[in-house]
Amino acid sequence: MKIVTLVKHVPDATADRTFTADNTTDRAGVDGLLSELDEYAVEEALKVGDAGTDVEIIALTMGPGGAEAAVKKALQMGADSAVHVVDDSLHGSDALATAQVLAAAVTKIGDVDLVLTGMASTDGGMSVVPAMIAEYLGLAHVGFVGELTVSDTAVTARRDDDAASETIEAALPAVVSVTDQINEPRYPSFKGIMAAKKKPVETWTLADLGVDSGAVGLDAALCVVREVTKRPERSAGSVVTDEGDGGTKLAEFLAAQKLI
Amino acid sequence: MFELSAEHEQFRQVVRDFARAQIAPHAAEWDRKHEFPVAVVRAMGDLGLFGLTAPEEYGGAGGDLTSLCVAIEEIGRVDQSLGITLEAAVGLGIMPILTYGTAAQKDRWLPDLVAGRALAAFGLTEPGAGSDAGATATRAVLDGDQWVVDGAKQFITNSGTELTSCVTITARTGERSGGTAEISAIIVPSGTPGFIVEPAYDKLGWHASDTHPLTFDGARVPADHLLGERGQGFAQFLATLDDGRIAIAALAVGCIQAMLDASVPYAHERTSFGVPIGAKQAVAFQIADLHVMAQAARLLTYRAAALRDAGAPAAEVKQAAASAKLYATESAVTATRIATQVHGGYGFMEEYPVARFYRDAKILEIGEGTSEIQRLVLARGLGLPVQA
Ligand SMILES: Cc1cc2nc3c(=O)[nH]c(=O)nc-3n(C[C@H](O)[C@H](O)[C@H](O)COP(=O)(O)OP(=O)(O)OC[C@H]3O[C@@H](n4cnc5c(N)ncnc54)[C@H](O)[C@@H]3O)c2cc1C
Repeated sequence: MKIVTLVKHVPDATADRTFTADNTTDRAGVDGLLSELDEYAVEEALKVGDAGTDVEIIALTMGPGGAEAAVKKALQMGADSAVHVVDDSLHGSDALATAQVLAAAVTKIGDVDLVLTGMASTDGGMSVVPAMIAEYLGLAHVGFVGELTVSDTAVTARRDDDAASETIEAALPAVVSVTDQINEPRYPSFKGIMAAKKKPVETWTLADLGVDSGAVGLDAALCVVREVTKRPERSAGSVVTDEGDGGTKLAEFLAAQKLI
Repeated sequence: MFELSAEHEQFRQVVRDFARAQIAPHAAEWDRKHEFPVAVVRAMGDLGLFGLTAPEEYGGAGGDLTSLCVAIEEIGRVDQSLGITLEAAVGLGIMPILTYGTAAQKDRWLPDLVAGRALAAFGLTEPGAGSDAGATATRAVLDGDQWVVDGAKQFITNSGTELTSCVTITARTGERSGGTAEISAIIVPSGTPGFIVEPAYDKLGWHASDTHPLTFDGARVPADHLLGERGQGFAQFLATLDDGRIAIAALAVGCIQAMLDASVPYAHERTSFGVPIGAKQAVAFQIADLHVMAQAARLLTYRAAALRDAGAPAAEVKQAAASAKLYATESAVTATRIATQVHGGYGFMEEYPVARFYRDAKILEIGEGTSEIQRLVLARGLGLPVQA
């Protein structure tokens, strides 16, 4: 079984994240890592193999030069090989263009049974790319999956929401995005780190994929960020000292905020 | 310049993430309750830490001593008890079986030990034989096809956990022609009748590490449980000692680094006389010293490990291991004293990790060869006519 896991290289959320002059995320000047939510997709793919199915896992990423760090982590965790789509004209691509490029890459990889993704990227956070890829490929899509069983021909997926859990079956090939509740991603072992050094990483350009560079990038984006304003620093909260009238003061505060 | 490989540094980051997430939040509680945390030891096994130096055929990573030192340093940086649990499991438990075991012994014991599903201990020290390990009084007598073991061992790490599968002990198996003791190593499986694990010690530190006295009262094990050659028990032990000393030095490096980690932010936060205490040279300069200790101890340790990994001559590795163990462990004790002083009264409170490290550090200067024994080794290596 051939499984592609989508992995995105994102700026480290624990460090300062900034934007460049054209209002796109600064990916050059910051430390990046594998989007943590994608680790669940990699783990889920590895678990299919652990359960006894013969799997080939390919980590796929689109991003600038440094993005190789994301596939590296997936390879260290246990993926077999990786594909990195890198092309200068991709800069500023919106979700639709990203999905188009990734779908083309999945097609070029060929004979893919299952595409596994995280439920969102930890930077953009739009959660739309998996569904768009499925649409481009004409495959079934099941999103936000909390439990997954994979057979030779189908996936059975449980989705949980506040009111109910539903169990959905989809025929393979399919695109499945998984939540951060589905598993506990493994840490790469020293053996995995050493083995990853020898695993193949292919680099593809838009020309390799046959995607028109005019259809992607900032100029082709249907949705463009016009302005970015930094969230104001949090102001210090007000402390109510209880001098016997603490309750009244709290009520006054809540009333002043129009909360009661 | 002396640097670790990119892969070792990536591995360091993995162990650091693991230690911060899985160990650090619970270390104080395990210490307070004197609890050996089985679940996290298993998780360390899943991460492959016990198999770092073992070959792949036994499930190991086929890695080097350097990778083990990286793991011990990063675990020890948040929890010295778990650092020694790992160090003893590999250095004292796995390594002798890996180095001297027969194919059958390796097949029997190593897969579980390497995976962290089981732990092995090494019993050398006795009530009457510590630094002078040759004074071993425990006896093993061959009776038909069984060894019958009688005697006592003391201070044995990892010997009584629910994961412990066996203890390798040294015992007198006879006398040489000159009248000196013939000492051999024998693997005693846990649960062998007559092998009694006495109640755990009440220790100053390393509260979450498992240490017991062991009693052998006519304990019988099959003759093929002899580890290595008969009469070579002591020589074999001495040969595996250097690796353990380098690994203990790595544990000390983790301790020093922890003291630096704790002291720098504290010196910013705590104010006295209207300024942060870090604005006072008397405080800031001591923290500068911690930095130097961490760097120097780390360099000595990883250089010793690199010499070992590169297959340098034994005499050179021995000197490097003793230098690293001596300097790193004595610096660790000094570093905990400094960090506690920087923290003032709070440093004496168990609420702050420095208090736990202060209690944990002292044993580093004693176990796997005291500081005096390291100096003895070094002086001999320099050709001095020094007596034991
Ligand atoms: C928590 C803990 C865990 C341990 N785990 C293990 C284990 O798993 N397996 C194991 O076999 N042992 C273990 N030990 C034992 C440890 O290795 C010994 O305690 C250590 O080697 C010192 O031996 P001793 O306690 O008998 O001290 P002694 O040898 O009696 O030493 C007392 C003092 O005399 C000094 N001294 C002794 N001989 C000389 C000399 N020739 N020249 C100068 N000074 C000398 C020593 O340096 C020391 O300061 C452990 C000990 C502890 C406390």
